[in-house]
Amino acid sequence: MASTAKAIDPIISAAWGKPQSWTLDSYKKRGGYKGLEKALEMAPAAIIDEVKKSNLRGRGGAGFPTGLKWSFVPKDSPKPKYLAVNGDESEPGTFKDRYILEDDPHMMLEGIAIASYALGVHTCYVYLRGEFKFPAERCQAAIDEAYKAGIFGKKLLGKDYELNCYLVRGAGAYICGEETALLESLEGKKGWPRLKPPFPAVVGLFGAPTVVNNVETLASVPHVFTGGADWYAKLGTDKSGGTRLVCLSGTVNRPGVYEVSMHTTLAELIYDDKYGRGMPAGRKVKAVIPGGSSAPVLGADELDVAMEFEALKVKQTMAGSGGVIVMDDSTCMVRSLWRVARFYAEESCGQCTPCREGTPWQTRLLRKIEEGRGEPGDVEMLSNVAASIAPYPPIGLGNTICALGDAAALPTHSFLMRFKDEFEAHIREKRCPFGDKPWGSFGDWS
Amino acid sequence: MAEPLFTPEEQKKFDAGIAEIISHYPPDRKSAGMLPALRLLQEIKGWLPQDGLRLVAKHLEVTPERAYEVASFYVMYHLKKPGKYVIDVCTNLSCSLWGAEKMLAYLEEKLGLKAGEANEKFTLRETECLASCGTAPCLQINEDHHESLTRAKLDAILAKLS
Repeated sequence: MASTAKAIDPIISAAWGKPQSWTLDSYKKRGGYKGLEKALEMAPAAIIDEVKKSNLRGRGGAGFPTGLKWSFVPKDSPKPKYLAVNGDESEPGTFKDRYILEDDPHMMLEGIAIASYALGVHTCYVYLRGEFKFPAERCQAAIDEAYKAGIFGKKLLGKDYELNCYLVRGAGAYICGEETALLESLEGKKGWPRLKPPFPAVVGLFGAPTVVNNVETLASVPHVFTGGADWYAKLGTDKSGGTRLVCLSGTVNRPGVYEVSMHTTLAELIYDDKYGRGMPAGRKVKAVIPGGSSAPVLGADELDVAMEFEALKVKQTMAGSGGVIVMDDSTCMVRSLWRVARFYAEESCGQCTPCREGTPWQTRLLRKIEEGRGEPGDVEMLSNVAASIAPYPPIGLGNTICALGDAAALPTHSFLMRFKDEFEAHIREKRCPFGDKPWGSFGDWS
Repeated sequence: MAEPLFTPEEQKKFDAGIAEIISHYPPDRKSAGMLPALRLLQEIKGWLPQDGLRLVAKHLEVTPERAYEVASFYVMYHLKKPGKYVIDVCTNLSCSLWGAEKMLAYLEEKLGLKAGEANEKFTLRETECLASCGTAPCLQINEDHHESLTRAKLDAILAKLS
């Protein structure tokens, strides 16, 4: 396909790949920290209103309106307030925050400064997944620069406002991307999610009001102020402002992170010359996961859908964290689901029984079917186990404290809805019909 | 007497690191520094020996059990001494679509280890998604990230590990 998708001027990714893009010097030359200057001329409540007006929605997975989240923080709390940045990017298929942290960390830091000032926060913790060694080095260097430049520390760009920013690295636990588990981890504990309510905006870190925002969400905030909320809102759809980063992986010609208009469809992302450049010769799309591995899978005939929160919700799936995984017609759906199920079994924190017991059970059943040992009734059993963790549709009926249960059950439900034949063929033929090549044969290892 | 946990230089590094970590949290919340403190200990010793866990707990004013509870929850902490090089291979969906399982098998044969096994030089592990799906397949060696791996590229990386 030629370029038919609506071209946009990138705002988040504009400087990626350019020399020294991660330095304060580079960021300032591009107009960096001008959004903070503008915000500091406004009253805190007006800043929050501006973010509400921009229709910015959280980019971590849930798509919650950012301004609304900020407005839940009580104004009269005697406790200190905190901002926690969620950089635990671990949902399979998602790799966008890594680029922001490596190539333009000051954009996120500017968002942190604006958010902190608006919320009355004086301490911010940037929580990055433990495996992000290089992103953490770049991010820490940027924080150090920001202290030296009078952005963090006793004064905020000359204003009498103390703001400290500390980077914390996790240690290998997907669950810590769940916001209350992240707070537990920041408190120095194992990452067990908390019951909600109370929500973190009221009872968060150290029992104090806390906003948890994703890296990309905060990197989007400065643009709301440099361009204005109306401009930012108009970039998107009625309910989702701005542009968004999507992560394209799997069996396409050109995987990568692309900044797209919210109107861009999945088909355009896969085929357009600006983005994925289509499928390798002789291959066809079989299935696409549109928003990280927990998002219900779509079939090849369902790709004419905008990669935007509301449009994907209509399809009973989700935009999630922007992780789009493409599977071609040589891919075995049983093996793919088995791999995804193994992830959630490995990462279940063990707190709730349906998830602790259900996720390994799914994995055992899938392995059995893939290895040709499946029996009649196994598919129904698999469906029942998934439903015991979280029924579907719609999304969000999980029987667990946090959404990891939903995340583990949704792939199973949706793979069975669309590709049940393949599961049954494995059982009937007592083998994987794809033989010893159940994965697409791509790259050097094919 | 048992051998001391730290050499004098290591002790200096640990003391300075712990003081810095504690300064990031409210005075009555020292225990919040658990993850960074365990990381510090592991950076110094290469793993988390039991007397090290006790020392961290003492500095953060919690019980040793609490330190162990955290150390055993997160996969990046080593409660046993690992090989000199810890190789974590992502085999999640996007990487597998680009051959990660074959890459792991290649490594297993080359190193003479199965995933999950270790010798003095290498610890080989399967790991979960490393957020590098667009540059699959990928792996990390002692937390250094390597991506878009081919046989030739992987061989060159391994050849440098002495």
